[in-house]
Amino acid sequence: MTHQDVANFAESWGLAFLFIMFVVAVVYAYWPGYKKKFTKAASRPLDEE
Amino acid sequence: MLFKYENLEKNSIILVIGILIVVAIGGIVEIAPLFYLENTIEKVQGMRPYTPLELAGRNIYVREGCYLCHSQMIRSTRGDVERYGHYSLAAESMYDHPFQWGSERTGPDLARVGKKYSDSWHQEHMHNPRDVVPESIMPAYPFLAKTDLDYRNIAADLRANKEVGVPYTADDIKYAVADLKAQLDPDSDGYDAFIKRYPKAQARDFDGNPKKISELDALVAYLQMLGTLVDFSIYNDAANSR
Amino acid sequence: MTTLDSPPTVSNMAKGSMTLFLGVGVLLALLIVAKTTSAAMAFHGYIMIFAFTLGIVGVINLGFGKGGRITAEASPAGVFYNDGVIKACVIAAVFWGIVAFLAGDILAWQMSYPALDLGLPWTNFGRLRPLHTSAAIFAFGGNVLLASSFYVVQRTSKARLAGEIAPWFVFWGYQLFIVLAATGYLLGITQSREYAEPEWYVDIWLTIVWVVYLLVFLGTLWRRREPHIYVANWFFLSFIITIAMIHVVNNLAVPVSFTEPKSYSLFSGVQDALVQWWYGHSAVGFFLTAGFLGIMYYFVPKRAQRPVYSYRLSIIHFWSLIFLYIWAGPHHLFYTALPEWTQTLGMTFSIMLWMPSWGGMINGLMTLNGAWDKLRTDPVLKMLAVSIAFYGMVTFEGPLMAIKAVNSLSHYTNWTIGHVHSGTLGWVSYVSFGALYCLVPWLWKRKELYSLKLVNMHFWISAIGIVLYITAMWVGGITQGLMWRAYDNLGFLKYSFVETVEAMHPYYIIRAVGGLLFVIGALIMAYNLWRTARGHGDAVPIGQAVPAE
Repeated sequence: MTHQDVANFAESWGLAFLFIMFVVAVVYAYWPGYKKKFTKAASRPLDEE
Repeated sequence: MLFKYENLEKNSIILVIGILIVVAIGGIVEIAPLFYLENTIEKVQGMRPYTPLELAGRNIYVREGCYLCHSQMIRSTRGDVERYGHYSLAAESMYDHPFQWGSERTGPDLARVGKKYSDSWHQEHMHNPRDVVPESIMPAYPFLAKTDLDYRNIAADLRANKEVGVPYTADDIKYAVADLKAQLDPDSDGYDAFIKRYPKAQARDFDGNPKKISELDALVAYLQMLGTLVDFSIYNDAANSR
Repeated sequence: MTTLDSPPTVSNMAKGSMTLFLGVGVLLALLIVAKTTSAAMAFHGYIMIFAFTLGIVGVINLGFGKGGRITAEASPAGVFYNDGVIKACVIAAVFWGIVAFLAGDILAWQMSYPALDLGLPWTNFGRLRPLHTSAAIFAFGGNVLLASSFYVVQRTSKARLAGEIAPWFVFWGYQLFIVLAATGYLLGITQSREYAEPEWYVDIWLTIVWVVYLLVFLGTLWRRREPHIYVANWFFLSFIITIAMIHVVNNLAVPVSFTEPKSYSLFSGVQDALVQWWYGHSAVGFFLTAGFLGIMYYFVPKRAQRPVYSYRLSIIHFWSLIFLYIWAGPHHLFYTALPEWTQTLGMTFSIMLWMPSWGGMINGLMTLNGAWDKLRTDPVLKMLAVSIAFYGMVTFEGPLMAIKAVNSLSHYTNWTIGHVHSGTLGWVSYVSFGALYCLVPWLWKRKELYSLKLVNMHFWISAIGIVLYITAMWVGGITQGLMWRAYDNLGFLKYSFVETVEAMHPYYIIRAVGGLLFVIGALIMAYNLWRTARGHGDAVPIGQAVPAE
């Protein structure tokens, strides 16, 4: 394996993989069904102990 | 059982696995190729493992935390090269377990300090740096000359280095103590065998006191060899560029 | 009052296995004492025998004569929180904090006046410096993280810490790690890996403690009463897991013998350098950042009595931060013998890190929206807010210094020291102080701190200290970098190295004075927290008149 092979892989599959991972995180954060859960979680520190 | 738990709960396990995957990627991509890309370490002439005395000196260098103020890594920038000499090669630290590149230059870089100063300069400098460099802020190390070098484990030191990949031979390990003493006395019987095992190694009494094998002997022997191994007259910069 | 759980108990099984474990520890330590040629390691053997024996006594004593029942009080919500171990962590954090700051300031004076090194092995700069860094990061920062993670995971899960012995094992085991590391440095036991100096046997001990820490944390999460895990716990969890990973890999080494302290690292040269700085920068990213962001995401909303500004942002912030941080290590090795492609990757990811870092800063600061007026009356909240501002500043400076052209000037200079300390003093310490000021009244069940005026005094004294420190190091560092690369009109280097050392003298003194102010601030905090814990009265809010007597 040469440096060029590694670089080619990183620039194609590697980049695509990372981009998809980022999209997954954003979709999870903005999934409409989770809105209520996250709004509630934002106040968790203020709950009675 | 130290723990009483209800169940291996799903959300937390997903989170743990997610974290592990996400934090593992960077290290794998950056570090793993360094072990098998052939051009990571340059082809050079002259590199050899440390002699037992130099290794003992290196361990003192580590013990006293010299690396916290002195780098051993000349960068390929103009300022570095003009001040300290040819930029450091990866090959020059290929036997360094651990590396001593450093992160600070409170004091100057030491990658090529070998043979730059006389032994007596080093002796005075270690005794009190301000005797030779009045503006220096380096701590004084007067105890090094007074302390006997502890070389009881030197063969085991070489063996451990061999286990992590330094090409010491069985004889190198067997005669480690003899080699350590021979390097301090070129007139001794063991010298010929020593210099055969470690060609071109500098051999003499390094601390100015032939009667004593001190920690200063070892440290100065180490400092005097730093950066002197690779033969740059035949080194091909272009062929090794990455 | 109804409680959610039954009162805590400890089983004889747990006590028995822990006693056995510590007993094996005593035997191994005896073996070391008997066989080692190193006086320093023998000393460590004695410390271990002493600690393990005390541990056995403590374990047997736990719940003894009470059928294994542990004394615990239910909270208003009906949970038997384990607050005892958190109190211990808080006390340790304050103690080690003062040790760390004091050691740092001694080093600063040594760099100004080298006669202070005293020419003795165990007082020299080279042996004291790891003591300072380890005490600051692991002893002070680590105990703050133990305290706050144990507090936050219990409160946000509404559950008691998992295990009765395990949390105490984590606490005392961690203190033993600190003592072995610190005494080792002074006696000359070090691996010379920055922020990972302890030798192989101390590393193994820390690994054991750390795995138990992870299990206690996870076990507590498993008992939680809501399906969703609160985001602060994500940060704590990533901190615990990643530190375990980088600690184990970076410390891989072959010891000379199992009764000798010395070991040789598995990797050499260029690979070793990258492994070490992959560790080094990830320690910054996960110990000093992710862990303390966990603190931010609980203590800032709690103290301001405001919900997290954007929970969605916190999720994106989390995943992108932990993903990007681990790549940043090569920026410590620009223009070195590290291959060019690795340097380029390191630079790219370091610059990208600016984004999630500022996402976190915005989320923290915006949480104060609607509570800005409280900054005038609550110096604790002011401390937390300023810590986030410092976090924003230092995570802008970091990517800037990770640009190769800038780094060629800044690397090896005091600018780096200034950068690190705006992070550690401005961000890590201030957010820690804020958390400690919150925790002590909560844990010791006091209505308020003993004195908010003293908090304010602490805030201003240490703020002046930080400003002196970092401006001296900025100016000094850039001066140093420029002098190293200055040429005369014939093209020769203009300054000898020692001239650049001389030029640093005034900056070193200013830095040492700044550090001294920081130590004084910490002492004021210790006094205030002590009076608070002893219940010597509650503070009157700042800006309100003292009622006439």
